[in-house]
Amino acid sequence: MAAEEKLAALLERHREKILAQWLRELATATGASVRGRLAGDTVARQADEFFHAFMAALSSGNTNDVGGDEWKSVRTFLEQLSAERVRAGFSSEETATFIFSLKRGLFEAVSGDKGRGAAQVAEDLWTITELLDRLGLYSVKAFQRSREEVINRQQAELLELSTPVVKLWEGILALPLIGTLDSARTQVVMESLLQKIVETESQVAIIDITGVPTVDTLVAQHLLKTITALRLMGAECIVSGVRPQIAQTIVQLGVDLEGVTTKANLADALALAIKRTGRALAG
Amino acid sequence: MERIPILKMGEFLLVTIQVDLSDQLAMRLQDDLSQAIQRHHTHGVLIDISALEVVDSFIGRMIADISGIARILDAITVLVGMQPAVAITLVELGLSLPGVATALNVERGMHLLRRRLQREDGDELSGPR
Repeated sequence: MAAEEKLAALLERHREKILAQWLRELATATGASVRGRLAGDTVARQADEFFHAFMAALSSGNTNDVGGDEWKSVRTFLEQLSAERVRAGFSSEETATFIFSLKRGLFEAVSGDKGRGAAQVAEDLWTITELLDRLGLYSVKAFQRSREEVINRQQAELLELSTPVVKLWEGILALPLIGTLDSARTQVVMESLLQKIVETESQVAIIDITGVPTVDTLVAQHLLKTITALRLMGAECIVSGVRPQIAQTIVQLGVDLEGVTTKANLADALALAIKRTGRALAG
Repeated sequence: MERIPILKMGEFLLVTIQVDLSDQLAMRLQDDLSQAIQRHHTHGVLIDISALEVVDSFIGRMIADISGIARILDAITVLVGMQPAVAITLVELGLSLPGVATALNVERGMHLLRRRLQREDGDELSGPR
């Protein structure tokens, strides 16, 4: 066995052939969908880069553990590749195919080599399969992680973007709510509104729910909590923009909006708010 | 022993809570305030809690109790200057303090008290909201 060529050396010798085969595989496996989003030479460059790192790691002799130090550069490359592909809008399948389509080229190189015994060929093939499978899984994992990062960042941005507190008039604040209200968002909304009330010493807050698609018991409860907190601080609250369907839902759900002033639209709410503050200021 | 001062300002009583309210202190305030209402024949009490940053359920109930006691003694209580964090905490604790009047600051609170008392003088039938 010692007389036979090392796997890494063998593959290195067939480098050109393997790469050519791999690129052909990549082109047929992923086809037009990839070509549309990546420049032709990008794939070739990435393939070359990966192969280089792969060969360096393989020749280190560690063929069992892709989590080891020898494979660090390969892992880093895969992480970058996955992150890039997430941004470019690839699916996880397409990303993993990048690794798996290398198999054929490697298999052909090993099995086509005259100087190896059948047992050695089988062993080498097994090693390659194991390695590529693990690397493929790793790239999927990295892909998912990148995507989760994107989702988390977007969620955070959405949270900030979606809670503007607007000063409409002297002593009147408006909070136009857009999108579904969940507990986390309500918390942010409530805090920013209450904080603004303190800063501007406003007496009336108008919560406009025109942009809230559905109101269920939970959303209603969140709204009521905000309204109660406002009252505790000494401000009044008007809910505006209640659409007919939402009014029906609220009543059918049996949500008690007793003591909450509601108006059909923001204009009516503003008129009422001005009347209330005007009276309070004049009195 | 420390206690919270109760100031007489014209026809109203003004209580400013500027320290962390311990349970004992709150009990004492309740006691002092009910006697002060009686002694000064006052009809309006302003409680300024703008410096209060931490509340628990006990203090929350205490505030509601004080307001209830004052009402029985024929005085209206207005709670002023509650901080956002305190308001959120009370709501999460389920203490919405129904029946307690609130205002943003002492000035507005005073205003509210005057208006309520005027209305009561003018029309005995319309009680506090």
